[in-house]
Amino acid sequence: MNKIIYLDNAATTKVAPEVVEAMVPYFSENYGNPSSIYELAGASKEAVSRSRETIAKILGAEAKEIYFTGCGTEADNWAIVGAFEAYKDKGSHIITTKIEHHAVLNTCEYLEKMRKAKVTYLDVDENGLVRPEEVEKAITPETILISVMYANNEIGTIQPIKEIGQIARKHGILFHTDAVQAFGQLPIQVDDDCIDMLSSSAHKINGPKGMGFLYIRKGVKIRSFIHGGAQERKRRAGTENVAGIVGYACAAKRAVDSMEERTKRERNLRNYLVNRIMNEIPYVRLNGDPEKRLPNNVNVSLQFIEGESLLIMLDMEGICVSSGSACTSGSLDPSHVLLAIGLPHEIAHGSLRMTLGEDTTKEELDYVVEKLKGIVEHLRAMSPLYEDFVKNGKK
Amino acid sequence: MYSEKVMDHFQNPRNVGEIEDASGVGTVGNAKCGDIMRIYLDIDENQVIHDCKFKTFGCGAAVATSSMATELVKGKTIQEAMEVTNKAVMDALDGLPPVKVHCSLLAEEAIHAALWDYAEKNHIQIEGLEKPKTDIHEGEEEQEEEY
Repeated sequence: MNKIIYLDNAATTKVAPEVVEAMVPYFSENYGNPSSIYELAGASKEAVSRSRETIAKILGAEAKEIYFTGCGTEADNWAIVGAFEAYKDKGSHIITTKIEHHAVLNTCEYLEKMRKAKVTYLDVDENGLVRPEEVEKAITPETILISVMYANNEIGTIQPIKEIGQIARKHGILFHTDAVQAFGQLPIQVDDDCIDMLSSSAHKINGPKGMGFLYIRKGVKIRSFIHGGAQERKRRAGTENVAGIVGYACAAKRAVDSMEERTKRERNLRNYLVNRIMNEIPYVRLNGDPEKRLPNNVNVSLQFIEGESLLIMLDMEGICVSSGSACTSGSLDPSHVLLAIGLPHEIAHGSLRMTLGEDTTKEELDYVVEKLKGIVEHLRAMSPLYEDFVKNGKK
Repeated sequence: MYSEKVMDHFQNPRNVGEIEDASGVGTVGNAKCGDIMRIYLDIDENQVIHDCKFKTFGCGAAVATSSMATELVKGKTIQEAMEVTNKAVMDALDGLPPVKVHCSLLAEEAIHAALWDYAEKNHIQIEGLEKPKTDIHEGEEEQEEEY
């Protein structure tokens, strides 16, 4: 089998042909630096401002509230460190959650260790949902920032962002959301959700890698993170990645225009895949909220087997997926998200994430289920955990 | 990331299974770290390892090191089996990525644990054999901070 079945669209996506096409003229034709004043640069400058408007419109924001960055991680780092530095006279307490992406978690840990920040990492329920009342309870007079992701990258759980935003607004605290997995997948309006800052990344929505943006509500104080020239209204230095920005706007528009139909299709296929796995493979659990969930996300734990083995065997069949096992995280601990929803270590190690894309077909999913059944059986046959389970009368 | 030999032993693991009424059984590792290895030994009256089987819950390297370890001890005397170190297992597999070296330690420990079980059952002492650790990750160094 030479064909690749790509079910890792939460990791990255294929750049859409029309996105590539939109980008190409800005490499060797309209290559001027948007900061230059001659006519050649005009096309670049025009393209950047047009792209900024396109993205702003999608969020119900103003163009000057969109700041392009080098990636989603930079946007998260900037939002948190920049807000901390701007508001440290007011206090040094940040509220976030245990299931954030490392771009947020490690930035908060950095501030704790290096800048004496106080950080509350909120628990989530068994489906990965943050409880808004716990956000409110955690607020102190020192709290300067609340950062809660829009939707989780591993288990797909969509957070009650609007309720959390309203709580933040009521208490006069900045609210940041990492929307890397949600932008282009869910309809987001920054005013409706009371969002003050929002991070996003282009390569999750069939755009290019190396492009992100941070939405910063007008009036929010934030210190610069990348220092240098006067680009991005003097807030984020560095010559604009013009082709990347153009590609981002093209991908964003494309994602929003197709959102209703595409997510409906993905949701149906996703439910089909979940149902087949749950019905045809024993000792499996679905991780994440069954309803409040990204349309393309499947995350299951296959008991008694370990994720890396599973990934290698699926890869040999041409199937690309990911896992929350320790071996794929570069440490001995399995995914912090799966531990936060209360999974025991051995079950977290056997997790499998499959994220569908716009090209995914039902035939591909049928192939995946058939292969998965055989692989699970093979790995369980050599698992001492399964042996003990069978010998102990399957308790 | 893995050598061809590791991939071969992962895809076609040798000696998977159980031995009924085995002379010695050893289980090491823990689910917390994601590796559990169980080795069964069938040892004859001349103290020769007649047969050896394994079951492993773990990553590709854990499966491959278990498979290779069983191959290396099969047909050996228990004293010779004592010389099958984690390095011997790694060398036989043409090496392992640094983060997976602990898997080869697990394989060595599993053999030792099975031999310990055999020695206890038969009230004998095996030269150089120490009581197996319950957790192979004890005392492992913490990863360096990145700041």
